[in-house]
Amino acid sequence: MDLRAKLAILADAAKYDASCASSGSKRRARDGQLGDTNKIGICHSYTPDGRCVSLLKILLTNYCIYDCQYCVNRVSSDSPRARFTPEEVVRLTLEFYKRNYIEGLFLSSGVIQSADHTMEQLVEVARSLREDHKYNGYIHLKAVPGASEDLMAQAGRYADRLSANIELPTQRDLQQLAPEKKLIDIHRTMVQLKVRIAAAKEEQRASKRAPQFAPAGQSTQMIVGATPSTDAQILTTADSLYRTHRLRRVYYSAFSPIPHADLRLPTKSPPLVRENRLYQADWLLRFYGFKVHELTTPDDPQLDLSIDPKTAWALRHREQFPVDVNRASRELLLRVPGLGARNVQRILQIRRLHSIRLSDLLKLRVPMARAKYFVVTADHNPDSLRIDRMNLRSRVVKPEQQLNLFEVAVSAKTGEI
Amino acid sequence: MTNAVHIQRSFEAWRDAARKLIALDVPPDAIAWIDDDSSSLLPELDLPDAAPSAFQVPAEFVGFSRLVACFRDPQRWALLYRMLWRLTHGEKQLLQDATDDDTHRFFAMHRKVRLDRHKMTAFVRFRAVQSEDGSEPHYIAWHRPDHFILRLTAPFFQRRFASMKWTILTPDESVTWDGTDLRFSEGVPASQAPAGDELETLWRTYYANSFNPARLNLKMMRREMPVRHWATLPETEVIDDLIREAPRRVEEMVKKQTATKCKSTGSAADFLPPRISLPQLRDAIQGCRGCDLYCNATQAVFGEGPKDASIIFVGEQPGDQEDLAGKPFVGPSGHLLDEVMEEVGIPRDEVYVTNAVKHFKFEPRGTRRIHAKPNAREMAACKPWLASEISVIKPEIVVCLGSTAAQQLLGKQFRVTKSRGEWIKTDFAPRVMATVHPSSLLRMPDHDARVQARKMFTHDLNLVAKALRKMKASA
Repeated sequence: MDLRAKLAILADAAKYDASCASSGSKRRARDGQLGDTNKIGICHSYTPDGRCVSLLKILLTNYCIYDCQYCVNRVSSDSPRARFTPEEVVRLTLEFYKRNYIEGLFLSSGVIQSADHTMEQLVEVARSLREDHKYNGYIHLKAVPGASEDLMAQAGRYADRLSANIELPTQRDLQQLAPEKKLIDIHRTMVQLKVRIAAAKEEQRASKRAPQFAPAGQSTQMIVGATPSTDAQILTTADSLYRTHRLRRVYYSAFSPIPHADLRLPTKSPPLVRENRLYQADWLLRFYGFKVHELTTPDDPQLDLSIDPKTAWALRHREQFPVDVNRASRELLLRVPGLGARNVQRILQIRRLHSIRLSDLLKLRVPMARAKYFVVTADHNPDSLRIDRMNLRSRVVKPEQQLNLFEVAVSAKTGEI
Repeated sequence: MTNAVHIQRSFEAWRDAARKLIALDVPPDAIAWIDDDSSSLLPELDLPDAAPSAFQVPAEFVGFSRLVACFRDPQRWALLYRMLWRLTHGEKQLLQDATDDDTHRFFAMHRKVRLDRHKMTAFVRFRAVQSEDGSEPHYIAWHRPDHFILRLTAPFFQRRFASMKWTILTPDESVTWDGTDLRFSEGVPASQAPAGDELETLWRTYYANSFNPARLNLKMMRREMPVRHWATLPETEVIDDLIREAPRRVEEMVKKQTATKCKSTGSAADFLPPRISLPQLRDAIQGCRGCDLYCNATQAVFGEGPKDASIIFVGEQPGDQEDLAGKPFVGPSGHLLDEVMEEVGIPRDEVYVTNAVKHFKFEPRGTRRIHAKPNAREMAACKPWLASEISVIKPEIVVCLGSTAAQQLLGKQFRVTKSRGEWIKTDFAPRVMATVHPSSLLRMPDHDARVQARKMFTHDLNLVAKALRKMKASA
């Protein structure tokens, strides 16, 4: 099989992993060497599905000993198989990188022989790039749960980011669809990584020359919609991952039906908008001071698909609105639908100089169609008097705007809600 | 009275002039800024050569101005000077007032230049130009930025591609890195860019395969990757094809998905009767959902023949007619098999005929159903039926017709073309032989080849007839 045919198969097999970020690392360029990393990451291209192409995201091989029912590469699937040699991956990465096609490599793999054997191969690719070719670009390696501590230590030395996928939100889901995988193994790997990442940070503070360990931290991915688990359960899991393992990101990937799927799986994918609502909720947890239990209600453990989770919360808590943009605390401003974290920062600065009027909010490009009901400004804002109207929800959500995928996709990316 | 101030198109030139103008206390509306891109008939203002005494502005103003100075609009110099004037004349906090008209424009320009710089780091595509002496190639890119950002962005490429020799060409200006220094030169048109790079084929392959046709979102793609940059991005060549193909690929995915609606379990073992006998098996097989083929076939076609048959013939799968009749080998290939059996003297009533896979697999073409080969998954799922038939009948001889039957019983590595007509001893029967499927003879277009193939098929069955006679004689 020639390189191009392998690339076609192994890129196709890798596309179900949602993460493509190349941000958060600080690997410096060195004289006469190749590559560095960019703090905010760079998307070098976009595919017609609107996804960012930042890394060469491929599998080393899509042969796999496991039979996870949601996975297109499971052993019982009859998708075409291929396998790269580590040298081929190294060459592809370097040649693509030199032409400025990519920020680096995201290498994952089906599990072949054993977790250790697979991890060894991944580590070898990263080692060769760093040591044989003096490459300082971005490397994201998949941490194969169950691989030895020693291999993880090596992986972290070469990689910018490591990720062990949690796959499904609960142990019950996992038992059902990925009987060979155990939540405890995945957690053990995450804990191992967390400890090493924290220790390396500590050493770096003491001495700049201390070796780095996965400076862009660890992330994980959860498949959404393959099991009946609710958004509340998914967000609870995500929240605890952020807290206990200090993850940089949890990626949500809408389950996409795969050829010859198991009959325990749904035959339809969940609406993509659900994935986006989860991303929005995720941002609210991390940057807007929301708690998990505020995002859904006990009666309805699913996020509202027709409006963003912040507006949904505001509609449930109208007693807290309207909020006076000239007086309210930062915490309260962050809860106003339509006000993003950056605009809140600007409002706090501006109001020290002069009082804020509706026209100021327009200049800040605050989406007033939504926000106007929830704020009081220095000038008269008649819409703020409508906060208790029964039909407020339908005013905020215009029918034709419902499920506008484009908008939510952008906001999922930027986190501005 | 308005005077013109001439500067070169650079932040440093503006800064020098602005410092002197502030020192001379010249208000913003008393001057018109003229640079390489604009001209004026106004009298020129003479600025002193000596550097004026320093004054303070917020450090962030300098940082932002450096980018705003790259904005492609002659008005930017005047805006910068007006901002500077206000900052030094009692409005120290001007930058905090994001909704002030000047500040608002200032930040809007800053944002656009920063985005343009970011897109340049993303969209510059080098093409390797091999050197004649065989040393490292020179990497050349042509890019059209919206603003004057080449000098602003060159250090990014200098850091990242320190080990390479490269050149970035733009219509305004060009820059070359030779490993030690950045050298700037004249701008050039796109026609000066190198023609291509063989790696671009691989890159397009990667691009096309990392795309999910079910999630088409062109608006997002065009927003983030503006069409004006497409000319220099090799991967955009395949976008049209990808978009055109997307509905078909989604349809294919949905087709495979509807196959999954069939809810097969993956093995016929789940449907075997509790007691294994031919009548029980024949009953149970109609409920089989071991693979997805049950969905579209008319019925399962079980084997036929006496319980104490001494020979089992195993075909591939029922055909169109067998599927409708519910009996194996009743179609054209069945007739051919009967003919040859009679020719070599195999009594039909001592033979049990069946198939490796029990449901008809086909692709609809118009009103016809075209035979399709069962895949490994379907074969594996169906195997328990054939295994049960053999275990009940306990034949002396098993004849596999065609590669599907042969591989089902003798393993994936078995090749009919290599080992046809050879006797093999197995756990389930003392003598097993494989030969071609009679339908392969029917499909041959060439008359001579057909005659030859039939001769070979007859030869193989003759071996079977001989073995049968010998067996009877010894019994």
